[in-house]
Amino acid sequence: MATNDNQPDVKIVNEKHNPNVAALLSIIPGLGQMYNRRWFKGATLFILFAAFLLVLFEFITDGLQGLVTLGEIPREDDSRIFLSYGILSLIFLTFFITFYVVNIIDARKDAKRIQLGWTVPGIKEGFRNAWDTGFPYYLIAPGLFLLIFVVIFPLLFMVGLAFTNYNLYNAPPRNILDWVGFDNFVRLFTISEWRNTFFSVLSWTLIWTFVATTLQIALALFLAILVNDARVKGKKLIRTVFILPWAVPGFVSIIIFSALFNDNFGAINRDILEPLFGSGLPWMSDPFFAKIALIMIQVWLGFPFVFALFTGVLQSISSDWYEAADIDGANRWQKFRNITFPHVMFATAPLLIMQYSFNFNNFNIIYLFNQGGPPVRGQVAGGTDILISWVYGLTFETQQFNMAAAISIILGLLVVTFAFFQFRRSRSFKEEGQI
Amino acid sequence: MSTQAAKKPKRMSKKRRNLLELTGIYTVIGIMFVIIFYPLLWAFGLSLNPGSSLYGASMIPENWSLEHYVWLFTDPRSNYIQWYQNTLIVAFSTSIIATFMVALVAYAFSRYRFVGRKNGLYAFLLVQMFPVLMAMVALYILLNMVGLLDSLLGLIIIYVGGAIPMNAFLVKGYFDTIPRELDESARIDGAGHLRVFFQIMLPLAKPILAVVALFNFMAPFMDFILPRIVLRSPENFTLALGLFNFVNDQFANNFTRFAAGAILIAVPIAAVFLYLQRYLISGLTSGATKG
Repeated sequence: MATNDNQPDVKIVNEKHNPNVAALLSIIPGLGQMYNRRWFKGATLFILFAAFLLVLFEFITDGLQGLVTLGEIPREDDSRIFLSYGILSLIFLTFFITFYVVNIIDARKDAKRIQLGWTVPGIKEGFRNAWDTGFPYYLIAPGLFLLIFVVIFPLLFMVGLAFTNYNLYNAPPRNILDWVGFDNFVRLFTISEWRNTFFSVLSWTLIWTFVATTLQIALALFLAILVNDARVKGKKLIRTVFILPWAVPGFVSIIIFSALFNDNFGAINRDILEPLFGSGLPWMSDPFFAKIALIMIQVWLGFPFVFALFTGVLQSISSDWYEAADIDGANRWQKFRNITFPHVMFATAPLLIMQYSFNFNNFNIIYLFNQGGPPVRGQVAGGTDILISWVYGLTFETQQFNMAAAISIILGLLVVTFAFFQFRRSRSFKEEGQI
Repeated sequence: MSTQAAKKPKRMSKKRRNLLELTGIYTVIGIMFVIIFYPLLWAFGLSLNPGSSLYGASMIPENWSLEHYVWLFTDPRSNYIQWYQNTLIVAFSTSIIATFMVALVAYAFSRYRFVGRKNGLYAFLLVQMFPVLMAMVALYILLNMVGLLDSLLGLIIIYVGGAIPMNAFLVKGYFDTIPRELDESARIDGAGHLRVFFQIMLPLAKPILAVVALFNFMAPFMDFILPRIVLRSPENFTLALGLFNFVNDQFANNFTRFAAGAILIAVPIAAVFLYLQRYLISGLTSGATKG
């Protein structure tokens, strides 16, 4: 407001008022603002920073120290607590440094404006300005706070664990953990048992993701086009039934399936395969058949969502396209290839990609079907374990926290790189750049 | 003469082809119906079997009974009603708190320009990629430290925190489609930040907020893994965890009881879902293409 009047002529009015002095004074927060004659603001800042330091200085220094040592006295110091306090200290420290820097920049900016003849606003107006400029931050603050403690802190904690020697035999509070650098990663790739397991699990994870998701999409596309045929009657009922597997809670259907596929008394062996072919298949005890069963179940569970998406898109394709194609004498395959398929893919690509990344981490189905089993000789993972269920098993069953964390990091990096490139390519981010 | 004779069989064959195709389509649809209904009806049939074991149970029981349903609600050893109540508490609180927080965050990202906005968006995207499962050990220790282990409050907090990044993106995409002129003119008329939010943005974004609320309401009904880590005592369990424990210990011996309990969750959820799926789909596709 007041600034706007003075901005056009960039003329230094208050030559004595030096922005650098303000910035330098702000090394003690608040002083710079007082130099700018914003007494109330300066005092508030000073008190806030002083309070912060008084309350948290000890916590932060202790925390950082603990982060380095991870405790010294076995049985008394719990390294996990030290690690979490250390991470919390790091988070607080980041906040402190951010505010500190913002405080210096703010003092300098105000001083510059005063130099140009800006009159310092009164307390009331100052409050209003703070409310206006700070508003988006107030909106985000509660969400960000939760996010930091529920998502960011745990992730950092896990990253920390990957560089310690935390396992069943060396577990706090009985023992003190040590930082071991990249040892866990080195072990993962040099000890043959770990390396073989890692690569076999990784390859099954990739095959699983690709085959299960692609089949899901293919079946959904096929059915959506069939049901969309003008001659088919009772579309509404058919569509409702086709969406049903999506509507039933996933864990219920998976447990039902795991009973159906049970080797000894499951209905698929007992009621279908044995009467027809005289013998059942080892769905649970043979890795190969377990994998086949898993893929079939996932297709059952996953196609309805894609089907619903495709149906929505198919209904929105204008019939003009097909009429024009008919005039040109196109056959069905050509119409599908050049009209239907591009339309459907264009509209749903981001959601289909999300289906792939969902299946990549589809813990529920693997765990509920067979707990990742059957066991495989010479491996530390079950025959159908994907990366995420392997991590779960290592964490909660064999308690090899360090290895679990190391594998998690690799898993996270894989997901993030994949997703990052996909999202950058998708339209939402391109639009983002324009604003 | 000859042309007519040639035309007739051709038309016939077209008609026959049409019929053949339709039969083919209906056959495929019929097979899919069987594949979809078989497991569900099988589970329903089993839930009516008198014994609790899977061994003797069959899909069409000879002497069917509702004893498992009765057991769930009346037997003193059954916590089913308590679980239902817990799940509803968690579901309602998660849904309301998460939707509100998500709306606040999305409003900031959609309507304000501030330092760190773009990086914040990137960070949200990245964070949402990590499966919550990877953070389980730390969450367990954190909840233990603040004394929220084995409590519904701890569970709610984790659900709300985990819901923010993904849903904020969805809602932001929707907010972006609301014309800016609306809130700008309100501002000129003297409306403050909060007034614009509550009286203009929220009412206009009802459809997507409904989707977000529904998603977050249903999540506690379907998730068993997070409750499994947070909750310890049976009277604090949610439905999914309680039912999972039915079959986790002795898979075959409790299966009919599990089936009965599962059907009582699946039916209401499926009903709500089928009723609302149209909005869900349109919300998702608009969020994905525009957001």
